[in-house]
Amino acid sequence: MKEIIKLTALKDHVFDGMRIMVGGFMAVGTPEQIIDELVKIKVKDLTIICNDAGFADLGVGKLIAAGQVKKLIASHIGLNPEAGRLMSEGLMECVLVPQGTLAEQIRAGGAGLGGFLTPTGIGTVVEEGKQVININDKDYLLELPLRADLALLYGTTVDKYGNTNYTKTTRNFNPIMATATDKVIVLAREMVDKIDPDNVMTPHIFVDYVIKEEK
Amino acid sequence: MDKVQIKNFIAARVAKELKDGDLVNLGIGLPTLVGNFLPSNVHINLQSENGLVGLGPSPKEGEVDPDITNAGGQVVTLLEGGMYFDSALSFAIIRGGHVDVTVLGCLQVDQTGSLASWIIPGKMVPGMGGAMDLVTGAKKVIIATTHTNRGLPKILKECSLPLTAKNQVNMIITEMGVMEVKSDGLHLIEYNPAYTIEEIVKATDATLIINNPKEMELEE
Repeated sequence: MKEIIKLTALKDHVFDGMRIMVGGFMAVGTPEQIIDELVKIKVKDLTIICNDAGFADLGVGKLIAAGQVKKLIASHIGLNPEAGRLMSEGLMECVLVPQGTLAEQIRAGGAGLGGFLTPTGIGTVVEEGKQVININDKDYLLELPLRADLALLYGTTVDKYGNTNYTKTTRNFNPIMATATDKVIVLAREMVDKIDPDNVMTPHIFVDYVIKEEK
Repeated sequence: MDKVQIKNFIAARVAKELKDGDLVNLGIGLPTLVGNFLPSNVHINLQSENGLVGLGPSPKEGEVDPDITNAGGQVVTLLEGGMYFDSALSFAIIRGGHVDVTVLGCLQVDQTGSLASWIIPGKMVPGMGGAMDLVTGAKKVIIATTHTNRGLPKILKECSLPLTAKNQVNMIITEMGVMEVKSDGLHLIEYNPAYTIEEIVKATDATLIINNPKEMELEE
């Protein structure tokens, strides 16, 4: 049985300066109620790893707007003008990473790989400071794995063991992030007794705590 | 042609590059219009990099499912046979060369096939999203763009803005013509007869190699 905790217990699992991966793509598949709780807790100086900056009032955008994010690692911030403003005024460090590289860095972090070689970013600013390795006459960038202290994920259906399924396009970064952090908390839209083993997208072995979404 | 007509004209010409069965990824903006111009006998599979293949049209009122979205976060639909996957698989599809064609817009594109589309330093910093992976990984990269921006050329000898990818663009389609990037330079292979060759050359900063270009066909 996986331990089910209350939203208010989140404060026991976060600290200032923490590195947190947050699932979701333009806030689709983001555990909104957990984000709202983090805003209430006022935990600060966070490093957030997420596909994008969300919107000013949705997804990790809410943490950014509340000034709780010291550093954002993302592929896109264009739909959150507040993120752009904080970045250009030097109030938030922002590392922009090609989306496929970000996904693979997280995958590598969770899969025990020391890094990987990608052609993406060759000949661009993404190449700066990175090792270029030539394999069979083609240049690749050596990209390093990404890990974090905590993953905050949004499961559509979670069973009592913690097995998780993500519906439709809410899946995105959630299952890879589940593998790449020291602690994993899943917000469950729906709790069920058992998920068909064939439909488990994140095996319960990765999940530490489940929080039931408040309707 | 007004702005809307120009965009539709470009999209209609891009559509002719797509073959039945192609896996295609369309960028935001003008490229999304391409789907409106496919002949009825051409069925393509559209990928959305947030995690689906089989992208359908916008949902009808009352049929919106907030769990089905595109890479811009807008609600969309999934066609029969379509499916969902995670971001790592989505980019294995993209980087792994499984996408036949990607159609993207640009800020600048140059005669060596280099593309700038993701940042204007100090002004606009949206981020590259999936564009760098798409341009690097897709088998064919088509840039669909107006030929100029406020009268200034977008097709240059060398991009001055930070690149999205170097030497990856295969084709540029504008309201003035169709250009192909080859090893010896940028070829004007088709031109819109509404413009003279001189006008096209004048609107282009890049050196165009012009060798009997065909007229752009406007209608099937």
